[in-house]
This record gives sequence, structure tokens and C-alpha cells, in this order.
Amino acid sequence: MTDLGMIHRSESAVSIELQTPDMTLNIGPQHPSTHGVLRLIAKVAGERVTDVEPVIGYMHRGYEKLSEVRTYAQITTLVNRIDWVAGFASEVPFIAGVEKLMDVEVPPRAQYVRMILTELARIASHLVFMSSYPLELGATTPLMYALREREYILELIEEVTGGRFHPNFNRVGGVKPVYGGGSMTKKWSLDLPEGFLQRARDAMDRMEQICDDIDTLVSDNELIKMRTVGVGVIPRDKALEYGLTGPNLRASGVAYDLRKVENLLPYDEIDFDIAVRTGGDCYDRYVIRIEEVRQSSRIVRQAVDQIPSGPLQTKVPRVLKAPRGQVYSRGENPKGEFGYYIVSEGARMPYRLKIRSTSFSNLSILKWVLQDALLPDLVAIMGSLDFVLGDVDR
Amino acid sequence: MNFWLELIIKLVAILGFVLTGALVVIYAELKAGSHMQGRIGPYYAGGRWGWAQPLADGLKFLQKEDLSPIGADRTVYGFAPYVVMMSTLAVFVVIPFGPDMVGRDLDLGIYFILAISSLSVLGILMAGWSSANKYSLMGGLRAAAQLIAYELPLVLAAAAVVVQAGTMSMNGIVAAQSETWFTVAGIDIAMPFLLKGQIISFIIFMIAVVAELSRIPFDMPIAESELTMGYLTEYSGIRFTMFFLGEYASMIAFSAIAATLFLGGYAAPGVPDNLANLVGPGVMLLKIALIVFVIIWIRWTWPRLREDQLQRLAWFWLIPIALANIGVIAIFKVVF
Repeated sequence: MTDLGMIHRSESAVSIELQTPDMTLNIGPQHPSTHGVLRLIAKVAGERVTDVEPVIGYMHRGYEKLSEVRTYAQITTLVNRIDWVAGFASEVPFIAGVEKLMDVEVPPRAQYVRMILTELARIASHLVFMSSYPLELGATTPLMYALREREYILELIEEVTGGRFHPNFNRVGGVKPVYGGGSMTKKWSLDLPEGFLQRARDAMDRMEQICDDIDTLVSDNELIKMRTVGVGVIPRDKALEYGLTGPNLRASGVAYDLRKVENLLPYDEIDFDIAVRTGGDCYDRYVIRIEEVRQSSRIVRQAVDQIPSGPLQTKVPRVLKAPRGQVYSRGENPKGEFGYYIVSEGARMPYRLKIRSTSFSNLSILKWVLQDALLPDLVAIMGSLDFVLGDVDR
Repeated sequence: MNFWLELIIKLVAILGFVLTGALVVIYAELKAGSHMQGRIGPYYAGGRWGWAQPLADGLKFLQKEDLSPIGADRTVYGFAPYVVMMSTLAVFVVIPFGPDMVGRDLDLGIYFILAISSLSVLGILMAGWSSANKYSLMGGLRAAAQLIAYELPLVLAAAAVVVQAGTMSMNGIVAAQSETWFTVAGIDIAMPFLLKGQIISFIIFMIAVVAELSRIPFDMPIAESELTMGYLTEYSGIRFTMFFLGEYASMIAFSAIAATLFLGGYAAPGVPDNLANLVGPGVMLLKIALIVFVIIWIRWTWPRLREDQLQRLAWFWLIPIALANIGVIAIFKVVF
């Protein structure tokens, strides 16, 4: 009698499930792997992330509103601070849109200078990614190697524009007549600094070398492959669904590159390939950027060889007024599609400026892709999306 | 000699060696890591080569406020670093630096080491639990899981050496490696166990040591990109210094164990017996430095693994291989 009772009770004790509530882990806004001030509210069961809620806006600077009280020439100072890792690349679509609105013709040499600098900015941005991504996986040394090489790129950009991160170099109708030889000489010139093209070629040699080095140190590393291959897979349809652009989309097997689609810059005169990979995992998103650096260095080499002579600036009225109208202008930022929707009411300032920033759209997949990831993979996946918080919050 | 005098001399010697050794290893890590990354590293402190950098860092940590979180279990939180430090220091009792230069030559030397070094996981778990921080907790749990998983291959690899040496005493193990193995052209050749068929044990032992030390590629307990600093997150000031010194001291300790078990300890070829006590420490330090350098080298080259991959490596690969290795060595021991 008592035995039966005992058995019954022990069975019922087994059938009661152990109550283990999920732990809410608040990651950020101050956390080593959030690249600034992204905050994630993650629900974790042990090491597994069951749900994640990204919180953004800690770095909102109101650039869209600020643009409404600034002239077109002044706005370039703002837009290159959106994605500061590749400041020049986000200036170009804006100024091209304004030129389209005002119907200004840009001299071909200025277009080539813009193209060279955009590609240099792309290399700089990808070098930051190539250095910081292994760091998230615990490898500290690639950081130093890649950032050391980035200095050569930043020096080139500084030499032409006077700024390492924020060039503020584009003007309506061309680029700013440069300060000769960077800070080296005190002479005003109206052209690229002397010897710049050769130094750009030399820097491209270094870039190809560092790509090979990073390949041997990181991409071929068995431990890196263990951590990244098959982790955070974004299939093709999901990538399109969430509106990913740039390398993140191309790593999922979609050969879509605005450099081939839009004609802001004379990319059609250059021979280069779109890097595509089909895996859609963290490893592919890493490797595709190394491939893009190689392609960018190809573009720079050709552009430097075939840069036409001529002025860098056309004549434009002293007071720039855009006629009534609206335009959407977009370009291939290192991180993806970067667009500006400019509405003009005929004044010196835009009536409204909508910035379609890359990282904000790329970040939208975060909640989906982090479902059921392990905590270490959360860091790996987040890093592989390569976002900049200034670009997310604007 | 008076028992108490001897005790005090040995205590001071061991403490002095461990603490200065830890500082030297910290400096070596700063400098070697910097050079591997194309940097110069410490440069100013001390006037030349930045030799005083670890000292300056230590003094800086001492000046910092010893914070503890409001929700922390103050007693446990405060005591944890000393548990870790104690278990590290106690290992040095049986490590021989010469035939007579040993704290105490226990018959169960290696057994004592493996037992006492496992205590550090207790301190780490205490730190993780008592910090009242979720990151610390996860770091502490990871550390516990990891240290338990890698305790087994460590013990099994050491057991293979014990089988071959036929003794557990550290001095006995060194002696077994310095006795003549074979004679060629009238010269007696002694070989360390590494060259006497223990290469697999050595590799397993070193992997387990790196995991025990929680260093890259097994530094998940403090993985700073995931858990900020793991169980160390809330520590500051003197207690953090204790953890920090303890980490490097245990690096020396495990290197010394590996040097004794596999590289012949204080024994060196061609050293007469009457000089062994004099030359022994130097030889031992050289071997320790070699292994420490390899551990540093690994850290600055590789990324870290994931927790589940680490467990898989331990249970699926290292432990079966280590068991098979013991079997093979035991068979050879019996047959030959």
C-alpha cells in the first residue's frame, strides 16, 4: 500500500518539468563587441540565445533635420560623418544627386578622382572589417596588420583631400581644387598632388600583399573556419526579403552591385568583377570582402592609368540654388546601397533630405539571424554584418 | 637545520621566485606579443626596453579602488582570488629545480600537483557566482565546465609518463629521464620522455595545459568580445592583481610541470652529479621559458574556439587518444 503510494509519487515528481526561466542578458550599449552603442536585449537559455531585441538610436545626430538648414555645399560635411569608416563613399551619391537636380555636368577627370577616392575608401573600410572581425573571434594580431596597411590608404586620401576620415572634398560640379601635396607644401594647386598616381599604384601593391597575408593568417586558419563556416547562414531569399545590400547580399549568392547598375561614376569604363559567394555564412561574408579589396585595387590601378586630363571643376553659379524637384541618388558604399532622397523647393537648402543608410537596412535581419544562435556565435554573426553605428542611427 | 628556519627559507624562495617569475612572464608576453604584431611594446617604463612595465602596472592596480558590487556576496567575492593564488603557489612545493632544490619531494608528487591545481576552479567558480553579474556567472560556469573537461586529458597524459617512469615523485621522474637509455660508441645517452615515445602525451598535455590556463584558443571563460571579462568583470585593484598574477604564475607552474615530465626537468646532458644543484635551476628555467614562449606564441596567433567545440575536442578526441596512449605505453613498458 505504502509502496504503491511511493511509486506513484515518484512518477509524478519525474513528470514535473524543471522550471528554468530564460535569463535576460543586456548586451550593450557599452560592450566590447557592439562597435559603439548598439544595445541588444537577449534572452538566453544557457549559452543559447532564444530571442534578441536590438535597441538602436543611442547615436542619433539628426542629420536629416540638420540638412534642412544647410546649403548643399555645407551638407557634404555632414554626410561623410554618417559612415565614418568610408567617409568619401557616402559623399558621392549626395553630390551626384544634387548635380542631377541642378543639371550640372562634371568634368571626366573629377569623376575619375571621385572614383579613385571612393575605391580607396572602400579598401579602408574593408581593412577595418578584416582587422576587427578576427578580433571578435579572439585573434588580436590581424588587427595590427590590417590597420597598419590602412594607414597607407588614409595617407593617400589625406594627401588629396586634407582629411583622413572626413574628406569633405566634393563640390557641386567637381571636386575641391586641392591643396597641393597635402600638408607638405604651401602652394595652392588646381590638380592632384604631384606623384599621387604613382603612390596610389605602390599602395595597391601593398593592398594585394596584405590580402594574401590575411588569407594565410585568417581565411585558411582551421580555427577561424570552425567558428565561421555554416554559422549565421542567410539564405538568398531571406537576404532579399530583408533588403540586405552590398557584400552581405553578394555573400548570399546575389550578384548585385550598384557600381554596375548606376552611372554615378564611370565604372563602365573599368574592367572589374563582382565578387559573389553562395554560402551566405559568416565565413563567406568575411572572405568576400577580401576579394572586394582585390577588385578595388584593380579598379584603382586602371583608373590611375587611364585618368583623363582636364579641369577638376566646372563653372557653377556662386549662389547654388536647385530648381524645384526631387531626386533619388544612390551609390555602392563599402557596406551596400547608400541613397539620398533630395526634395528641393528651389532654395539654397534642400526642403527635405532622406538618407537611406546601409547599415540600418542591413541590421534589420539581426533579429532573424540571431534566432537560436549560441552566445559566441552572436558575436561572430553581428561582426560579420559589418555595420557602423553612426550609419545605423544617422 | 632547524625545521622552522628551513621552512621560512623555502617559503620566501618559492614566493620570490613565483612573483618575480610572473612579472617576467608578463613582460615577456607584452614584448613578444608586440613584436609579433609589428609593434614595439613597452618602451619607457624603467628607462630601457620598458623593463619596469609589469611593475608599474602592478603598482597602478594596487592604487585602484577595490570595488565590489552591491549585490555581491562580499566574503566569497573577496576570498576567491586568494583561493586561485593559493592553489597555484602550492604546486611549486614539489617542483624540483635540482636534486635537492625542491620544497618537498613527495612520493606522490605529480598526484599532489594535479589534485591541488584543480582547486583553482573552485576560486573561479566562487568569483563568477559571487560577483552578482550575469557575465561573471556565465564566465564562471564556462570555466568550471572547461577545467573539468580538461582535467581528464591532463591527468591521463601525466599518467602515461608515470607508467613509463614507474614513480610519481617529481625527482624520480627526472631521475628516470637522466638514466642511460642506450650506449653508442661508449657514450651513455639519456633521453627525456618527449623523445622516448611520449610525444602524443606531450601534445595532449600541452593542449590541456592551455585549456587549464584559459588562454587563447581556449579563453572562453574571459572571452572579452562575448563576456566582457567573464568572471573577472567586476574585479579591480588588488584582487584583480591577484587573479592576474595567479594566471601567469600558473603558466609558469604548468610549464615547469611539462618541463619536468617531458623535457627532463633540471637534468641536462653532460652535467656531473656534484654540479647538478648549481646548474639545475638554470636548465630548468630555460626549459620553462621555452614552453612559456610557445604558449605566448599560440595566444598571439590563433582565435578562440567555441564552448561546444572545446568540449567536443576534449571528450571525443583527447580523452580516447590519451587512454589509447596509456595502453600502448603500458604494453611497451611490460614487453621491453
